[in-house]
Amino acid sequence: MARNPARTTGAGSEPVALPTGRAPGCPFDPPPELDRLRTAEPLTRMAYFDGHVGWLVTNHATARAVLADPRFSNRPDVKHTVFATVPRPGGARQPAAPGWFINMDPPDHTRYRRMLTGRFTVHRMRRLEPRIAAITADRLDAMERAGTSTDLVSAFALPIPSLVICELLGVPYSDHTLFEEQSSVMVDLESTEQQTMAALGTLTDYLAGLVRRTRTAPGDDLLGGLVAEGELSDEELTNIALILLVAGHETTANMLALGTFALLRHPRQLAAFRADDALAANAVEELLRYLSILHLGAPTRAALEDVELDGRLVRKGETVMVSLPAVNRDPDMFPDSADLRLDRTGARRHLAFGHGVHQCLGQQLARVEMRIAYRALFERFPGLRLAVPAAEVPLRETSAVYGVRRLPVTWAAPS
Amino acid sequence: MRIGTDREACAGAGMCALTAPAVFTQDDDDGRVVVLEREPDGEDAEAARAAVRLCPSRAITLSD
Repeated sequence: MARNPARTTGAGSEPVALPTGRAPGCPFDPPPELDRLRTAEPLTRMAYFDGHVGWLVTNHATARAVLADPRFSNRPDVKHTVFATVPRPGGARQPAAPGWFINMDPPDHTRYRRMLTGRFTVHRMRRLEPRIAAITADRLDAMERAGTSTDLVSAFALPIPSLVICELLGVPYSDHTLFEEQSSVMVDLESTEQQTMAALGTLTDYLAGLVRRTRTAPGDDLLGGLVAEGELSDEELTNIALILLVAGHETTANMLALGTFALLRHPRQLAAFRADDALAANAVEELLRYLSILHLGAPTRAALEDVELDGRLVRKGETVMVSLPAVNRDPDMFPDSADLRLDRTGARRHLAFGHGVHQCLGQQLARVEMRIAYRALFERFPGLRLAVPAAEVPLRETSAVYGVRRLPVTWAAPS
Repeated sequence: MRIGTDREACAGAGMCALTAPAVFTQDDDDGRVVVLEREPDGEDAEAARAAVRLCPSRAITLSD
């Protein structure tokens, strides 16, 4: 991972580097240095990849303030990046490409977002529940047929959100290997710039082809609907499809696998989860808070003017990064924040989906997928357990989206 | 308690419809907030207060 050279300790005049080192044996906990920073100086100077000295936010209240404030921009041409790799068209310090709405400010962002929010409402996502349950049951059937152990990532956690987002968007699932592999390269901060841009190019070419085919025969899916509305160019449609496809499977897949790992490592919480159907929705919120898988380099915003924040002056042009794992463990908002408590009151106040006008578009889909998949998994395999020692589960420490690379599990009767 | 909404500010995230489903829903076309119950009381009022705190774009207000 291309890391900036600044030291990681010491509040004061020296900028810190983003803390990335998790404690050995604590795969679910953020780097301990983030706790120390939150206590010492929750808005602190941080060095960015290109030498820019900006800021790092580690407390909940300041994070909400920054992410909801229109004086802070999400445009890549005004922001600095924490790491060298920039997985978006155009690269660093360039304006967002047409349709790349996640890096636009209002009103450009608003125009695109309003074309999409109606397709991801709470009610629409609830109507998908039977289909998501059927997809989940299919995967569980396949696991059962294949034996008594598997890698839960490739057998369950990845295919479920991939299948769902493919149906929703109108992407053929038969191409899943292509987009899953390229997406994984894109979000890995250890990928070289060449690798990142090549992955982005492959995905862009693939989706541009799909958009052209959709133009000739628009189906009854999201992409077909956007084509039929006739407001967007091929380039805009391609970029929107790319964002939704990558964000739609990468994040939920990692929550499903890492969340299962966390439940298996907290047997009392797992027992409570299995005993009470009504706990599932809050359990999902608490797992989102506790695991905060968007852990490196995002979200960031740049000040469009001088802004007083948390008693400090953030100058025009300076970039602020919010550490979601840090703010979601802020004890001022979440008492005993280091504990996983599936019945936690106020768990939904987590910022795992971000905050402000860019808050995750697909969050209601992610909630439904997780609620159905965790429950179905432990219903089908009540004796599910790790097939390797916990310390041997490989982690995605260098990926912008944290999780496990594999999760070897078994449901064989204990010998 | 009376609910006010700002549809221009609304980002369509759905936190209100998720948290206070008796009070809020979303427009089927653009996902923006629609108020079902302007003057909620009891549990619904509590849920509406939670929705105000959770709204990512400060699109909901409460007045007495």
